[in-house]
Parts: sequence; C-alpha cells; structure tokens
Amino acid sequence: MSVLTVEEVRKSYGGVQALRGCTMAFAEGAVNGLIGPNGSGKTTLFNVMTGYERPDAGRVLLRGRDMTQATPDAVFAAGVGRTFQLTRIFPRLTVLENVHVAAQRRGLLGQLRRWTSGAEHERALEALDFVGLTRLSREPAGSLSYGQQKLLEFAFIMVASPSVMLLDEPAGGVNPTLLRHLAGRIKALNAQGVTFVIVEHDMEFVMGICDQVSVMHNGAALMEGSPEKVRSDPAVLDAYLGTDVSAAEA
Amino acid sequence: MSATDVSNRTATDSPASYDLPRTVRFGSLLLVVAALVVFPLVFTNPTITSVGVFAMIYLLAVSGWNIFSGYSGYIALGHALFFGIGQYSSAMLTSRFKIPAGWDLFALLPVAGAIAGLAAVPIGWMLLRVRKHTFIVLTIAVMFIFQLLAFNLRSWTGGSQGMQLPFPTWSGAYFNEPFYYIGLLAAAIALVTSWWVRRSKFGLGLLAIRDDEDRARSLGVRTTRTKLVAFAISAVFVGAAGAIYAPFIGSVFPQFAFDPSFDLALAVMAFTGGLGTLIGPALGALVIGSLQQYFLLQFGGANVFLIVYGLLFVLILRLLPQGIVPSIAARWRQWVTYRARNTPSTGVPPDSAPDVGRPFDVVLNQGGSA
Repeated sequence: MSVLTVEEVRKSYGGVQALRGCTMAFAEGAVNGLIGPNGSGKTTLFNVMTGYERPDAGRVLLRGRDMTQATPDAVFAAGVGRTFQLTRIFPRLTVLENVHVAAQRRGLLGQLRRWTSGAEHERALEALDFVGLTRLSREPAGSLSYGQQKLLEFAFIMVASPSVMLLDEPAGGVNPTLLRHLAGRIKALNAQGVTFVIVEHDMEFVMGICDQVSVMHNGAALMEGSPEKVRSDPAVLDAYLGTDVSAAEA
Repeated sequence: MSATDVSNRTATDSPASYDLPRTVRFGSLLLVVAALVVFPLVFTNPTITSVGVFAMIYLLAVSGWNIFSGYSGYIALGHALFFGIGQYSSAMLTSRFKIPAGWDLFALLPVAGAIAGLAAVPIGWMLLRVRKHTFIVLTIAVMFIFQLLAFNLRSWTGGSQGMQLPFPTWSGAYFNEPFYYIGLLAAAIALVTSWWVRRSKFGLGLLAIRDDEDRARSLGVRTTRTKLVAFAISAVFVGAAGAIYAPFIGSVFPQFAFDPSFDLALAVMAFTGGLGTLIGPALGALVIGSLQQYFLLQFGGANVFLIVYGLLFVLILRLLPQGIVPSIAARWRQWVTYRARNTPSTGVPPDSAPDVGRPFDVVLNQGGSA
C-alpha cells in the first residue's frame, strides 16, 4: 500500500517545467529512494508533497487523503516531516530549543507553560539522545558542524513522531562516520514503522539503505523498482548515471 | 528508547552548563532591586530624581518593546504610536471623567495600557503581513498617521494646542518620587512578563520566528497569532509608559506624543544592551535613558545627547557588536569552555565557542521575503 502518491503533477517556473505530469507512489513502511540527475525535479516534488509549493495541476494524496492545497504546517500536522537540502535549523536557539520548536503545544494554556515542561521534553531529550547530540544540547545550533546540523534537523522532525519522513540529500556534506550513524538511525526508525522517502545523490548510501528506488528524469517518473533492478536498468544508466555506473558510484 | 535510558546517561554525555550559580544570580538581582528602590531616597535632588523618572519610563517602554521586537526580530520603529495612545488616553480620561489629580492618576495606567494593547490588535494584524525593511517602514508610517490624526481631530485631542493634565495634588517637595516608584513597579511587571515569555513555549515560538519564520510555521508554530499577541503585549507596556509620562510632564502635544526620536531611543537602548535578551534592553534604558535626560537638563535644547548617542552607538558597534549583555555572555561561555577543556571529564564539547550572532545582521537577514 502506498502512503504518499502524486498523480500527474505539473509545476512550472516561468518557462521552465520542473514537473511534467509526474506520477509516483511511495510504499508504506518502506525506505523509499528518489534519485535522478540534477534538475530532474526531485526537490520540487518534495516541495509539492510537503505544501511548500502548489502544483499547477495534479494531486498529492496522503493515504488517500487529498493534500494538494495543504500548507506546510498542515502537512506536518498530518504526520509528514521533512528535512532540507541545505539545513534549516534555528541557529541562534540552543540545540535543545531547536528540538522543542517542533513539539509546540497548540492550546493557549499549553503555550503559557515553561518550554521544558510536559511529556514533549522527554521526547526532545530522547530525540537528541537518539542522534547523539545530548552533550551539545545547550550549545547554539549555529555553532554545530554541518553534519551535526543535519542530525539536529533529523531530531527535531523526529520529536513530532511523524509517520512519514522526507529527507532531502541527508548525506550531502556529511562525513562517513556521521553518515553511518544517520543510516543506523533511519533503519532503527523504519523498524518502528516510520516510512522514509530519501532524495540522495550518494548511490552507495541509497542502494545500501533503500527497499525501493524511484527514478526521475526531466520532471517525470522514469522507473521504480528494487535497488538492484534500478542499478542495472539501461534507461537509468543512460539518463542518470551516464554510460558507466561504477564511475558514478565512485 | 525509554525515558529511563535518557536519565541514565553517563556524565560525559551531560551538556555543558554556562549558568552562574543560583546564589550569585539571586544576590545580584536583589542588589539591583535594592539599589533602584533606595535611589530616590539617597539622591534627593529633584534634578536627579527627575532623571530617574525618565529612566524608569524608558525601562518600562523598552522592556515591553523587547518582548515583541527583541524576541521576534521584527524591529518596530513605530511604538511611539502606543506611547502617544497611552498619553492621550490618560489625558482624555482625566479630563472627561474629572479624575482628581491624586493617586487616582496611576489607576489609569492599566486602562491606558489596555487601550494601547487593543489598538495594537488591528494595527498589528495589518502590519504583520510584511517583514524586514517593509515592516520597519510601515510601522513608522502608521505612527505618523496617528500624529496627523492627533493634529486634526481637534475636538478630541485639542489639535496643536494639545491637552493639559491636572497638576498632581501631592507635595511639591517630593513631586518626582511617586512617578519614579510607579514607573519602577510597572517596569518590574514588564520585566517579569518578559522573563515569563522568554521561558514559555509561546516565547520559544517567537524566537523560532526570529531565526526562520517559514520553517517555524512549517513545524506547527502559529506564527501570525504568536506575533500578534507579542505585538499587543508590547503595546500594553509602551502605552502604560505613556500614561506615566503624560501626567509627569503635565501636557500632551501631537509632535511629542508621537515622536520618532522616541522610537530611535528604544531601538538604540535595546541594541546597546543586547536585543532579545532579558536584561540587555533594561541595562540600555538605565544607561542611555539617564544619560539622555542628564544632557538635556545640563545643556537644554542643544541636543547634545544626540552627539553622545552617535558616539556611543559607534563605540558599541565597534567594540561590542552584539550589544553589552550578549558580548559579556559570549566571553563567559568561552571562558567556561576554556576552563572545561583544561579539566578532564566535564563533558563540555570541543570547538563549542558560541557565536550568538550580530543583532544588526540578524535584523536584516530574517528569513522570508517582504
């Protein structure tokens, strides 16, 4: 069963057609990879799925519910968390405060309470522990390394307990040690039932962690299948990896 | 992972602590409060106590202003609008309801504050649709619109003739002292409110808006409501400041009630002390507010204080670009980090010297577009 589905989605910026009738489905409970060459429309598709962009045409469905016109906060409230290609943390807040922003209470009385109060504080501490940032919890988030900021963004999405996490290039600029750590965290959360959709250029990372991979080319879906199937498909090799897959992997 | 796992973390996992010991913090607070309380009893010269009254009015206004502009990063340069509304509310209520010029004058403080806060709701609802420079310019524009209204609605405001308030009935021997203590009490309430906002979930939402409003919204922070509530709270305190100022001066005129230099003063005080910190703007108000009045009293209308303002601002920009309090806090954190590095097993991370950012950069680099 698919958790997120896009149907015939189109999006243009002036004369540039970023999405040209893209149709795709991401399986519930799986780690889904989304790959494609630069400019193929991956990030635009993420923006459309998370409410940051409105499509010119087409539909976005979350477990069958139409989310095409939903705003980013409504998508987040519906259980879809998202990280960005360039991290978007709150640099002047401490690491712990960052995690708490995503755990905001909605009611007026809840807003009046101390920000470290309530069950969400335990969740925030657990999330930081989960990504290994506990000892940095009182540091300004802007002083973290880029890789640590990626982990922090991951943590503050996690604290809201989303059922679907969309990660935009989580491996970009992250050193191999942190990357292994991140991959372990993704697998652990996936084992708890969280669905992932991951946009990534690091083929080793994608092929190692994903159950299913979708390929985009020129704003539309090219194919989808298991990592092995995608890896050996001539159309993918031609469109995305060029003529030599091993060169791309290198 | 369970909560028990979290509580079982090892000592090396513990975050660094930069807080001063509780006794030091509490002792310092007591000392400052005691000094402010006894100030007019020690310095009885009316010139000095008059400087103290102005310092308290600025302390109240800038602490209120900081709740919105300091925490949200939206720099409002039109809060003189609420200062003016507070003054006119005080003057109109006094004359229309024939309020005796005794202590009853101070009963109008919460009323004037509430009127300013209510006025802030529709004004903020309109202004908070824009950001950054556009917001700054619009706040100034709305303030001038109210100044024009005050000039032209003569039957209500007296126009350019202004309005007179009754002379207080208490003895002239201690004319300034009641204003000083009421100002101090109101400022204390503003500072406690600011402290509460800073530690609440509501305040965390404001700080997130300051750093990246769109991201905060996408994470479920109700940005419009949060900004509007903070805007109204800040207006209440600035309005109350106006309601102390008007009876102290004894008259209200449009050009002085809605005065752009008041807005500049608030911004300079907050930036100097440390925008968005609890005590930074208060410190700025006490230092600059007092200096301004001292120079005005010493040199009359020569505006010498403007030269001092400029010099002080340049010095702060050069030497303490984050403002006084954040700069000292950053030095303190660096020292704690340095000390921890030379003490094994404290769990303080390497390379964690904090960069709290330059407020001047932060103001102009807020996320989103105008």
